[in-house]
This record gives sequence, C-alpha cells and structure tokens, in this order.
Amino acid sequence: MFDTLGERLGSIVGRLRNRGRLSEAEVDEVLAEIRVALLDADVNVTVVRNVIARIRIKAIGAEVSKALDPAQQIVKLVHQELIGLLGGDTLQIAYASQPPTVVLMAGLQGSGKTTSAAKLANWFKRQGRQPLLVGADLQRPAAVEQLRVLGAGIDVPVFSDAGDPVDVAARGVAEARRVGRNVVIVDTAGRLAIDEEMMREVRRISDAVSPNYTFLVVDAMTGQDAVTVAQSFNDVLSIDGVILSKLDGDARGGAALSVKEVIGKPIAFTATGEKIDAFEQFHPDRMAGRILGMGDMLTLIEQAESVFEKDQAEAAAKKLVGGEFTLDDFLEQLQQLKKMGPLQNVMGMIPGLGAQVKDAQISDDQVKITEAIIRSMTPAERSNPQIINGSRRSRIARGSGTQVQDVNRLVKQFAEMQKMMKRFGGRLPSR
Amino acid sequence: MTTSNWIIVAVVATLVVLGVALIARRRGASVADASHGESHVVSSAAPAAPARTVAPAGVDVPQDALEKVVVEPHVVEAPVEVDRSLRSRLGKARGVFAAATAAVRGRGGVDDATWDDLEEAMLRADLGVRVVTELLQPLRAMAKKRDIADADAAIAALRSAMVERLAGADRSLHLEAQSGAPDVWLMVGVNGAGKTTTLGKLAAQQTRAGRRVLLAAGDTFRAAAGEQLDVWAHRTGADIVRGAEGADPASVIFDGIQGATARGVDLVLADTAGRLQSNTNLMEELRKVRRVAEKGSGVVSEVLLVIDATTGQNGLSQARQFSDATQVTGVVLTKLDGSAKGGIVFAIETELGIPVKLVGLGETIDDLAPFDPVEFVDALFDE
Repeated sequence: MFDTLGERLGSIVGRLRNRGRLSEAEVDEVLAEIRVALLDADVNVTVVRNVIARIRIKAIGAEVSKALDPAQQIVKLVHQELIGLLGGDTLQIAYASQPPTVVLMAGLQGSGKTTSAAKLANWFKRQGRQPLLVGADLQRPAAVEQLRVLGAGIDVPVFSDAGDPVDVAARGVAEARRVGRNVVIVDTAGRLAIDEEMMREVRRISDAVSPNYTFLVVDAMTGQDAVTVAQSFNDVLSIDGVILSKLDGDARGGAALSVKEVIGKPIAFTATGEKIDAFEQFHPDRMAGRILGMGDMLTLIEQAESVFEKDQAEAAAKKLVGGEFTLDDFLEQLQQLKKMGPLQNVMGMIPGLGAQVKDAQISDDQVKITEAIIRSMTPAERSNPQIINGSRRSRIARGSGTQVQDVNRLVKQFAEMQKMMKRFGGRLPSR
Repeated sequence: MTTSNWIIVAVVATLVVLGVALIARRRGASVADASHGESHVVSSAAPAAPARTVAPAGVDVPQDALEKVVVEPHVVEAPVEVDRSLRSRLGKARGVFAAATAAVRGRGGVDDATWDDLEEAMLRADLGVRVVTELLQPLRAMAKKRDIADADAAIAALRSAMVERLAGADRSLHLEAQSGAPDVWLMVGVNGAGKTTTLGKLAAQQTRAGRRVLLAAGDTFRAAAGEQLDVWAHRTGADIVRGAEGADPASVIFDGIQGATARGVDLVLADTAGRLQSNTNLMEELRKVRRVAEKGSGVVSEVLLVIDATTGQNGLSQARQFSDATQVTGVVLTKLDGSAKGGIVFAIETELGIPVKLVGLGETIDDLAPFDPVEFVDALFDE
C-alpha cells in the first residue's frame, strides 16, 4: 500500500547516512527529492508545498537536535509531518444513546461504497452490534441486489424498496427501529461532486435520516482530485471521516495523506482486499511508521493477542528455540495464523518484509497446500521428518494431491528453518 | 504454481507472530514500548525470506495465438451519436489551468514564476512529475533563448506541446473478424473503474450501428455483476451469456464466443471482474481469460482498459500490468464529466504507447465519445 512511498523516502534518507552536517543547499536538494516522491504518491500539490516548507524551516532552523545524524533528523521531521498529515487519534465510534446509530455512506461512482457498507456492517457485527443495511442506491443497475448478496454472506439483513432514495432511506431507519437493529448503514448512489442535483439529493437523504456518522468512501488510487471531492462532499454533508478503499493495490495513498490536512477530517477505516473481513480501523501514528518502513507492530501484536492462546504460544516458542519444533507444531501455528486474516496483510505489517512479500505473493491457498502435505504425513514423520524417504515422499504427495518436489521443498525448508532457529535461539534476549 | 519461498515466508510469519504474542504478554501488553522488543525478534528472523527469490509462476502466452493472420482487416470508427460535443461536456469541469494562466498573463513577461505556475496546474491535473518536466524543459530552454517572449506565447507553446504529445495515435475501434466469426472486445480494469457501464454503452452504440451484439458476463466474482449486465442487455436488446457466480470467467467468455458464432452475432462484448493490478493471482486469471478467448471461434480485436479519470499516478502501473497480462489495445477514460482531469493518460500514451480511444462523460447510454486530443487539451486550458 504505502510501501512505495516508504521505499522512496528510505532511499533518499539512506544516501544521507554517514554524512556530516547538511548545508542549506544540501537540505534543499534532499527536500526536492522528497517533493517528487510525495507528488508521485499523489499527495495534493498544495499539501506537498506546505509540508516541504515546514520541514525546511525546521531542518535549517534551530530545531535540529545535535544528537541525531542528518539522516535521522530528516526521518524524524518527515515522520512528524506524516503523523500530522494523517491525523492524531484513532476515530472511536460513539453509539447513539437512542438506537439505532445511523451511518451514511457517500462517495463517487466506483469508489467502493457498497462493498465498504457491507464490510462496515461486518465490522459492527464483530463489535457485538446488530446492523441493518439499507440500499438507497437506486441508480446503478443491480446495486441493491449486490448489497443483498453481500448482506446474506455476513448474515446481516438488507432493507430496500423501489421508489425515491430519500424515502427508502428514511423507511430503512424506521424498519431498524421496528425490528430492533441498533446500527443502520445507508448505502447511497455514487455521484459526482459537481452534480448539484445529485448532491442536493444526498443532502435530503442526510436530512431525512440524521446520521450519527457520515463517511466518505475514497478510492486509494485517486489522484489530485481526492481533495476537491472531499471538500465538496464536506461542504454539503459535513462528513465525519473517510473510508479509504482498495488500499491493497500498489497505490501510494497520497490521497489519504492530503484529506486530513485539507478538510480536517480523519481517515476512519481502511478497506483492503476482496474478503469481507479485510477492513480495519485506521491508526494514524502506526501508518506513519509503516510508510517509513518501520512496520506496524502494534496492529500485529493486537491481532496476535486476540487469536493466539497464551499457553500454547509459549510452549511453541520454547520448542522453537530449543530446536524441538515439529511439523505438528508448525501446522498448529499455521491454524492460528490463519485466524489473523489474509496472510498478505499480516506479512505487510512486519517491518522490513514489505518488498519481499510483494514478490512472494503468498496466498491463503498456498497455506492450504502446506497443510495438506503435513496432514498427509504420519505422526512419526511429522515429529521426525528425516525418516521421510522416497516411497514415503510419493505417498505423501499422492495423499495431498501435490508433486513430490513440493513435499521435498517443504521438508528441506523446514530443516533449514529448524537450523536457523537453533542459531537464533542462542541470541534471544534472556527471559 | 507453488513457489518455494512462500513456505519460508510463512514460517517467518509464524515465528514473528509467536514472538510478538509472547513479548506482548510478558510486558503486560504495555503497547507503548513493545515495538523495540519485537523489532529485535524480527530483524533476526526476517533475513530468511529475501534469500529465496523465485521466478514468478510465468505462464507463456503462445505466440502463434497472438499472431493470427488477419484477412482484410477493416476498421470502424466508434459510431458517435452524442449531440453535445466532447468539449462542451468537458467544459463543465473546466478551470484547472484557468487560475494559472490568468496569473501568468497578469505578469505579462516570462520568468521562473511563469513555469512554476504552469507546472503546478499540470500537476493538479494528474499529469505527473515526469511528464510535466519533459513538457516544460524545452519550453524553459526556448524562453532562455528569447524564443518565447511573453505570457501568451508561453501558454500557446505549452498547449501545442501537449497536443503534440498526444498526436498520431490510432484511436479507432477495430473490427477484424471475417464473416461468420464474431469480433471480441474485452473489457479489463481495476474495481469500480466503470467496465460494466462502459460495456453497456458500447452495446447500445454498436446495436444502433446495426451490429448484432452479445454480452459475455465474465465478471463472475462481484455480487450481482451478472444482474447489472442483464439490465444492460435488456436496455440495448443485446444477447447475453452468463455463468454461475464463481464460475470460471474464461469458460463463460469462451461459451459466449461460441454461442455468438452459432447465432451469427457480429460482436461479443466481454466483461471481466475488476481486479487490482498488484494481485498476481487475479492477473494470472485474466491472462488465461485473454488466452482462452483467442482459442474461441472469434477474433479478439480490442482489449480495452477502463481507467477512472480520478486515478492518479497509479494509473500508469495499472496500464503497465494490465497490458502485460492482456496486450491492451486501448484505454477508455471514464467519469471525465466530474472534476477530475485524467492527466495520467499523457503518461500512459507516451510511456506505454497505449492510445486512449474513448471517454465516458456521464451515466446515459450516449455518454461515451471518441477521444480527441485537441478537445481534451483545450478543455484543460478553457478559461
């Protein structure tokens, strides 16, 4: 997602290492490169100008710490700026004291409103709420049908009807009250910010349902126009936050960096991936670190904590560093890992792995193949893979529907991993 | 399909996650200072991954499939029945250069500020740093030699440089099949770009031009994409071939082509599911769609990449990856009736040589028009 911007900034900063104090001309040279990196990442032109000006003042002025080398200074200044741009605290949802809590979704055509509405409903469900989806996009052919299919998939009811979208939205909220759903998510038709008639319509929907939250869905691949769009929608609807969609592509997310600065509204959620649970709250401080290649360990820790059994994890870790980690344990850990969501997302949060993960293209299907191979082994083979000979190998391959080479590769790499872990175990900080 | 390094990557992930879980607990989940401990664990474990680089699971596209002999290729222009000109429609969102050109004219002469103003206007239109630099450098040089004397000359020079950059491309839509076999136009692009809508508009225009059209609902992934296409088939009177949700898109499109041949249809418009170009597995699927479509009884004469005009610099990556997978023959720039300018097409055309063939200007059937570089550039400069 933001990796490319991180890489660009990283390489600029890398060249500054081992340099003494920077002259004013050298600072300008570096800033010119950072400017291009930000513009290539689709950060808004005005925002770039402001950011560069602020960094310049601090870098040349008195704020530079003597303790830091030039590279660290620049990183620190850029990091500070990124956090400022992304917004301070995570948006916490405050539920209405008189349910239902009403959420209105708005945005351009194709920004991902309908999919995001369903993902948000699923998120509320995981928070223990009972959401109702309301299909008020009566414009796009089959949009309501799409919402119904998505709703059925996550077991969330969907209300819609033919007629006037304002009327449908209002009746949807009434319906939620009637059947006792405590969150209502209203999906609206995509519209252009300059289409006055359509903007008046969404305003009427908003007036009719008095939403507690109005979210603007913005495609992460949007260019300079993101800011214009956010401004226009904010003028008409007073939005509470942005849902940034399609963040799993190689977009550099500059739009995300610009919206907060220009309209003062935070990014509330990010949507990644094709799966319905690929939807997270947005944490500005963590994202700033991620952009600069510092990984997102906090999110990783939180997710790990929610799925891993403490005792099991400790036992497995002990075995791991003691070199007693078996394929059975590995299988067990893979099961836990799968609960943390798409593997690619998990890997993305690990510092320094960004580029390799992109090349590796690990998919969850591939995890299934590993599982199949291990499950086709006898208990003896799992705890002692050395006994796997030619005939065992072909049996395992047959049993798991893979090739003998796949089995070989797994066994070989598992052995290498064990060796590596033994070495690594010696260096682990004492507990 | 199995690459060898993912196992190691998975192992590393497992280890990291284990370590993270443990350390988080040992510190009583004091989140604030946890990151130091973890990065230690990680930096030791991570190097296992990069050591194993594996050639991507390359799928060879058979060359002979791509070099079908075309007998008597004839080319048709996209029938245009738009009463309002592209320029007047684009005009709705004018003004991106207006502020800059006004400021430049206000100063009268040509100096650094002139070029800075124009540069900023071009960046705001999503032309991208590289294209902007390439366009402005020769103009700056000319100004130094006094070949550009005043503000009006500078603006005029930029305008013609931009038009020049988009000149000479073949923007016609091709029909190359011999009688008895259908032409196939394949729509590809990222999620939400407007593939299905564009396909519906094309169906309307082509049926009106007297061709028998069949829609192949190759988007078997997105919920209700087939229903959306059904609506378009109904509106335009085109035939439609659908598969079950989750069906193999390549076989749905293949069936569509075979069905079209049997029914004497002239043109198959094939939809595909939106996908992000960074998703290798889905791009491989699309590669297969393209390959299998070639094996049908028709001729794939257009592969149209649909790009949303709001797209920023990511559009270049979209064009590059989709072209690599499906040999894109043209771009459809959609949603140009909004405030977005679609400047990324400059980079796509000049760096990748893929012509923009059509622009989408609204939601009705007729809001699909041929791309005209002069009108496109003029609309940017409109004051």
